[in-house]
Amino acid sequence: MDTGIVLTALFVAFNCGLLGVFLMLRKMAMVGDAISHSVLPGIVIAYLISGSRASFPMLIGAAIMGVLTTVLIEFLTKKARLQNDAAIGISFTWLFAIGVILIAVFTKGGIDLDQECVLYGDLAFVPLDKVIVDGNLYLGPKALWNQIPVFVIIVLTLVFGFRGWQVTTFNPDFALSLGINVSKWHYVLMSLVSLVSVMAFEAVGAILVVGFMIIPPATAYLMSGKLIPLLFITMIIASISVIAGCYLAIYYNGSFAGGMIVVAGIIFIVVWAIKAVIDRWRRVANRTAYENRAESISA
Amino acid sequence: MNEVLDFLLLREPNILYVVIGTILIGASAGLIGTFAFLKKSSLLGDAISHAALPGVCIGFLFAQEKDPVFLLLGSFISGWIATYLVEWITIHSKLKKDTAIAVILSFFFGIGIFLLTIIQGSGMAAQSGLNTFLVGKAAAIQTSDLLVFGGVALLIILFVVIYYQPLKILVFNRDYALSIGLPVKTMEFLLNSAIVMAIAVGIQAVGVILMAALLITPAAAARFWSYRLSKLLIIAAGIGGFSGWFGALVSYTAPNMPTGPWIVTVLSVFAMGSAFLAPKSGMISRIKMGRENANKILVENILKTIYLFCEKEANPLTRSILYTDILEQRFFTPNNFSKGLRWLDKKHMIILDKNSLKLTEQGYEESKRVVRLHRLWEVYLYEKMNLAADHIHPNAETMEHVLTPDLEKLLLKELDHPMSDPHQSKIPK
Repeated sequence: MDTGIVLTALFVAFNCGLLGVFLMLRKMAMVGDAISHSVLPGIVIAYLISGSRASFPMLIGAAIMGVLTTVLIEFLTKKARLQNDAAIGISFTWLFAIGVILIAVFTKGGIDLDQECVLYGDLAFVPLDKVIVDGNLYLGPKALWNQIPVFVIIVLTLVFGFRGWQVTTFNPDFALSLGINVSKWHYVLMSLVSLVSVMAFEAVGAILVVGFMIIPPATAYLMSGKLIPLLFITMIIASISVIAGCYLAIYYNGSFAGGMIVVAGIIFIVVWAIKAVIDRWRRVANRTAYENRAESISA
Repeated sequence: MNEVLDFLLLREPNILYVVIGTILIGASAGLIGTFAFLKKSSLLGDAISHAALPGVCIGFLFAQEKDPVFLLLGSFISGWIATYLVEWITIHSKLKKDTAIAVILSFFFGIGIFLLTIIQGSGMAAQSGLNTFLVGKAAAIQTSDLLVFGGVALLIILFVVIYYQPLKILVFNRDYALSIGLPVKTMEFLLNSAIVMAIAVGIQAVGVILMAALLITPAAAARFWSYRLSKLLIIAAGIGGFSGWFGALVSYTAPNMPTGPWIVTVLSVFAMGSAFLAPKSGMISRIKMGRENANKILVENILKTIYLFCEKEANPLTRSILYTDILEQRFFTPNNFSKGLRWLDKKHMIILDKNSLKLTEQGYEESKRVVRLHRLWEVYLYEKMNLAADHIHPNAETMEHVLTPDLEKLLLKELDHPMSDPHQSKIPK
C-alpha cells in the first residue's frame, strides 16, 4: 500500500468531511452534491484555456461554476418559481452534462482529462506525479501537497470563525437578531465547498466527493449532536474508511475511491442499525418502567 | 451528413427500432417523472438513478453477459432497496431526508463504481461497454434488447393511462385518497415501482448520473405551460420522447459521443425556454404583466388626484390644474409622474399644457370610475364589515384598482346605490 495514496485520500476525506458537517446541519446535503457535479464544466474550460492540469486556473473556473450553480438554483426557485428540489436537479444535471460534452468534444485533440477520471477519479495514479526537491528529496505526491493547504485553510476558518459557524448553523434566526451577516457565512461555506470539490476532483472524481462530504458526518451525527464531537468523530470515521477502503480496493483490484465509499457506507449502515435497535430497546424499557410505575400507583 | 439523412428518413430498419425504443423510454420517463415531480421527490429520483449502477453490475456478474433482463432486474432491485433505505433512515433516525438521500446516493454509487472497476479489471470478454451505463449510449442498445426496454416503457405508459384518476388524487391530496378508501399503500407501491422501473430502463439511454434529469426536467418544463395534470402529462411525455429521439440521433451520427449529456442539454433548453417564454407562467410575460399592473395603478392614482380638483367644479373639463397642486395633494416620484402623464396624454385622457393640465371627457369618466370604486368600497367596509371610518381608506386604496365592472354592479346593488361615502364625500355616478 502506498502511503502517498493513503495520505492524499485522508486529507481529501478530512476536507470534505469537515465541510460536510455544516452542509448536513444546514440541510444542504444535496446542494453540496449539486456543486460537486457542476464544477465540472469550469474545470474543463479552465483546462482548455490554460492547457494544463495546473490547479490555479481550475480553481478559478470551478469557483465561478460553484457560484453560478447557487445563482442558477436561486434564480429558478425565486424568479421562475420552480420548486426547490427540481431547481437543484435541473441546475446540476445540466452543468454536468455540458462538462461531459466538452470533454467528449475535445478528447479527440489528445486532452489528458478523460471521462473515467472525471467520474470516479484516480487515486492509483496519484504517486506518479511527485514533488522532488533538489533532485532527490522526495516530499510525497503532488496531489497531497494540493490537499494540505486546503486543509489548513478550512481548519483556520473553523478555528477563527467557530462561534459564527456555530450560531449561523444551529440558529440562523438568532444569528440574524445578533446582527450577524448570515448570508456572508453561507457564501463562505459555498466557496469552500467549491474549493474542496475541485481539489478533491482529481483524486476521487466529481461524484464520489459528495460521499466523502456526507456519509462520515451523517454517521457521526447518529452518535452525537454536539458540534465539536461531531467534527472529531467525522474525522475518525473518515480515517477508518480511507484506510480500510484502501485495503479493500487493493484486495479486489477495484477503484480506491469506490472502496473507501463502500467502507464508509457500511459503517453508516452498521451504526444506524445498532442505533435503531438501541433506540427501540430503550423505548421498550421506558415503556415497561412507566407501566410498572403506573401499576404500583394504582395498586 | 449522410448519416443524419439516414437517421431522419429511417432508412434502415434498425434505426426505426432504435427511434421507437428511445422515444418510448423518454416518454415513459417524462410521464412517470411528472408524478415524482409533483410528489416533490425529484432528488430521491436522483438517488435511485445512481443506485441503479450496482444493480447493473451485479446483474452482469450473474448473467456473465449484458443480458437486458438481468441488467434491468438488477437495477430495479437495487433502486428499490435504495428507495426503502432512504425512507427507513428518514423515519428511524434524526437524519433529515436530504442527508439520507445524499448518503444512499453516494454509498450505492460507490458500490457501483467499485464493482465496475473490478469487472473491468477482470478482463471478462463481455464487459466492454458496461461503462456506457454511466453517461449513456442510446445506439449501443441492441435491437433484441429494445423489445424488452420498449415493452417495459409501454407498460409504464399503460399504467399511468389506466390508473390516471386514482394517481391524480394520490399525488394532489393523499389524505382525501385515504378518506375515500383508495388503497393508498398499494398505489404508492405501484407508483414507486413504476418510477424505479422507468429509471432502470432510462439509464440505457441517459446513464445513471444524468437519469434524474429525464425524470424531472420534462415535468418542470411542462409546469410552465399548464396547471392541469392531463396536459402536464402529455407535454412532459412529449418533451421526454423528443429528447429520447434526439439522443438516438446524436448517438447514431456521432458514435463516440455520450448520449446522456446531449439528452439532458436538450431537456434543459426546453425547461429554460419555457421558464422564460411560456405565456402566463413564463418570466417574460410575468414581468410584462407586473409592469402593466404598476402602470395601471400609477395612472389611476393620478386620475383620482386630478378628480379631487374637478369634483366641485360646475364644468370640470374647463378647470386647469397645476402640476404642483397635484404633487402637493399626493406624492409621486418625478419619474413616475411624468411617465403617467405621458401615458394619459397618449390615451387622450388629459390635455397637457406647459405647467398645468385639463381632463378630457374620456379622462373625466375614467377618473370618476376610480373614485366611485374607492368610495363604494369604503361604504362597503363601513356598513357591511363594520370597520371604523378612519380605518377603511388604506384598504380601498388597493381595492379600487382590482374591482371589476361586474363587482361594481354587485356592490351598487348590495349597498342600494349609496349617495355618499362614510367621509361624506359624494359618490360620483
